[in-house]
Amino acid sequence: MRFETPATINPIDQLKVVGKPADRIDGPLKTTGTARYAYEHHEGMPSPAYGYVIGSAIAKGRITGIDLTAAKSAPGVRAIVTADNAGKLGKGDRNTAKLLGGPDIEHYHQAIALVVADTFEQARAAAELVRVDYVRTDGAFDLAAVKDIAKPRAVFGGPADTAVGDFADAFAAAPVQLDASYTTPDQAHAMMEPHASIATWNGDKLTLWTSNQMIAWGVGEVAKTLDIPKENVRLISPFIGGGFGSKLFVRSDALLAALGARATGRPVKVALPRPFVFNNTTHRPATIQRIRIGATRDGKIAAIGHEEWSGNLPGGRPEGAVSQTRLLYAGANRMTATRLAELNLPEGNAMRAPGEASGMMALEIAVDEMAERLGMDPIEFRIINDTQVDPEKPERPFSQRRLTECLRTGAERFGWNKRNPQPGRVRDGRWLVGMGVAAAFRNNLLTKSAARVRLDNNGVVTVETDMTDIGTGSYTIIAQTAAEMMGVPMEKVVVRLGDSNFPVSSGSGGQWGGNNSTAGVYAACVKLREAVAQKLGFNSAEAEFADGEVRLGNRRVPLAQAAGDGGLRAEDGIEYGDIDKKYQQSTFGAHFVEVGVDAATAEIRVRRMLAVCAAGRILNPKTARSQVIGAMTMGVGAALMEELVVDERAGFFVNHDLAGYEVPVHADIPHQDAIFLDETDPMSSPMKAKGVAELGICGVAAAVANAAYNATGIRVRDYPITLDKLLEEMPDVG
Amino acid sequence: MKSRSDFELSRRKLLAGSAASIALTAAPSIVSAQVPAVEAAVADVSAVWKVSFTVNGAARGLTLDPRTTLLDALREHLHLTGTKKGCDHGQCGACTVIVGGRRINSCMTLAVMHEGERITTVEGLGTPENMHPMQAAFVKDDGYQCGYCTPGQICSAVAVLDEIKAGIPSHVSADLNAPPQLSNSELRERMSGNICRCGAYSNIAEAISEVAGRPA
Repeated sequence: MRFETPATINPIDQLKVVGKPADRIDGPLKTTGTARYAYEHHEGMPSPAYGYVIGSAIAKGRITGIDLTAAKSAPGVRAIVTADNAGKLGKGDRNTAKLLGGPDIEHYHQAIALVVADTFEQARAAAELVRVDYVRTDGAFDLAAVKDIAKPRAVFGGPADTAVGDFADAFAAAPVQLDASYTTPDQAHAMMEPHASIATWNGDKLTLWTSNQMIAWGVGEVAKTLDIPKENVRLISPFIGGGFGSKLFVRSDALLAALGARATGRPVKVALPRPFVFNNTTHRPATIQRIRIGATRDGKIAAIGHEEWSGNLPGGRPEGAVSQTRLLYAGANRMTATRLAELNLPEGNAMRAPGEASGMMALEIAVDEMAERLGMDPIEFRIINDTQVDPEKPERPFSQRRLTECLRTGAERFGWNKRNPQPGRVRDGRWLVGMGVAAAFRNNLLTKSAARVRLDNNGVVTVETDMTDIGTGSYTIIAQTAAEMMGVPMEKVVVRLGDSNFPVSSGSGGQWGGNNSTAGVYAACVKLREAVAQKLGFNSAEAEFADGEVRLGNRRVPLAQAAGDGGLRAEDGIEYGDIDKKYQQSTFGAHFVEVGVDAATAEIRVRRMLAVCAAGRILNPKTARSQVIGAMTMGVGAALMEELVVDERAGFFVNHDLAGYEVPVHADIPHQDAIFLDETDPMSSPMKAKGVAELGICGVAAAVANAAYNATGIRVRDYPITLDKLLEEMPDVG
Repeated sequence: MKSRSDFELSRRKLLAGSAASIALTAAPSIVSAQVPAVEAAVADVSAVWKVSFTVNGAARGLTLDPRTTLLDALREHLHLTGTKKGCDHGQCGACTVIVGGRRINSCMTLAVMHEGERITTVEGLGTPENMHPMQAAFVKDDGYQCGYCTPGQICSAVAVLDEIKAGIPSHVSADLNAPPQLSNSELRERMSGNICRCGAYSNIAEAISEVAGRPA
């Protein structure tokens, strides 16, 4: 189905099932421990062997020798895979560094060997007997040190440099100016399930149970790396224990499991040990950002400029932190610049809202600072500089843009009028209390997505698509979509996901999964409705599907009967024309945060949080709300604790486990509220929905930072805002 | 940036006499990065120990490599994969099970240490068709997203309510001699060993409070 013109009324608009806060259909499996994740498939499989990964102990250089003698003779060992004996391997296009390194080493903990043994304990013990000699070469590990030799690099389809009007002159002439620099550290996804895979070969055909967000990408990458046809690779990933971008691409566990299984002729299980995940896989790269805003005295932005420096391995991409600044606020004179330096740290790549999450951490502090310089309320400053059109191309409107309404609604619900604009003036016992606000912004991406639907003689609708559910609620919103389209209750829908034998979907990433994958299911259901109508001799345009029946005039036929013994099936997908070129599609929100800062110790506690989102039709308010509060939680982590600490001599992330890399826990997070504005966006798809999962994190950290400033009067521009950065300047304890 | 040459100097001092090539021991597991291989480790200790315990009401006997954690015994040997491996060293809580009425991290204890004990995993609390009230509350309040920390959260939550009932204080209990209250801060403190990276905390708090019979 081609989607080229705005959606009109369609069966989804009935909203009998879609738009309802249904419980997740996979909930009973997840809460009883019966949902099977990648490492947990045992049925119908001969006894597996276990693989234990060895990672490079240096960041850059060469392996000069690997001594496997002791390890090979250790009890239970069946094979040891290294680059020496793995055969010729290609490199997938989506990975920057090789998944199996050696002899050249590209980063610390790059996988260099897999020890395969009968048991996990044997494999782990034998791995410790492997001796590796290296020659270390110098590398670059400190972004600040290489910032000035960073080169222009395009990002996410945008150019390295953008310019509209005359930024330099307009900024210089502006009566009120801000020129400030901000830093965001390297961050880790730290999803709860480490990367894990089970591989088994049947002749030249490979089956991989793996934890992966993008099944079709993964198939292509595995095929390319092993130099085998895509048809010979099957990926199965029905449940994924968190991704946040870390599982967009196959990682060393998948490749090494496949190689280990080939070497031993047995199924091989490989899970990355937690302390290995942080340096072996990807992370959100650190940024240095400079933001300049020039405004008139009445608060109109005349000039806005945003520059970003980030680093990555040779061949890697920049973070993209300037993206939102091209679209979020008005202003006739604008510039952005993206600079990338080569670093020999582990691979930087997408983490929840790549680009915008980091960019909004800086931009929304800058906006708060600018509002203060202007003596304006930060909400009013944002509203004055709202734009309904792409500020770089005024002929191009936003499909929907209700940022102002998000801010106003949030201000009222949160009690913004109780905020004292004078920082450091509100006290509650030992706590200095402050409120902060930030805009939320993330683009809505359209990408094709297909599905297959079957109707059987019990009236059960089965949906199959390689879409994944990484906790987002895909199972449930797909069931709601199919139920709405076919006129059956959700209990009559079976959803099967995450298998490369199913039609190729959008997959999960970039908050594109919800809208696109359900639109693909919509398209397939339209075809199934036509097949049903045709079989019954109904005009499909007039047939009504409701209550398990198909109706036309006074004829009513149960779907089960229409399907007959042979059943009916249809397959189709959604594809898009250039509607997203004509209209800018983005999602908007406002984050409100209240913090308390201990007057004596400068400990920061988040007391209240609210998000107001405008993100098209909300397909399931329960799962969408969870996406947003979860993103708010991750935003608190970004604001207050998350930082991969770089050892700038040895070139690795030091705090590479869940004790050293701190993420928010129960005690850090108060009750959270999320409000969705009632909205449909007919430009997005027949579902009229957009993404929310990444919108939810964009701006949160800045709202926390702005609240901490309001509480203390101390402006921290280097994340995370830890108490050591506040202590020296804390106001006198009264 | 720290001077590279300082570093080289100190390395050279440390590894006196080393040539341009610096030999390092591989780091197969991080904890042992600097520990030289011990030849004695080659001795086969695999699969020689027997252990019996009760899991979810059923007597189970296993012959195990004594290095097998309780977590791996459950997952790899009994195929009770509801209990999750998130970090394998006691930092995330995904492997929480209830042993003898108390919650523990099953990755931090060897299976053979639990001879004769009673172990309850998430599978023992309820089934998809007949959920434990805590499991049902998690579904109703959407107290999970990816679901990977969920079994640990649920086992912890069930045990937390029992701990409070039993009068066991926590770090935030104001008075160690008074019975601990089912307060917001008590629940959040006691649950803080169970990380949820999807960030379902607010909903998990709702679910636990609901089962405990108080507002979150």
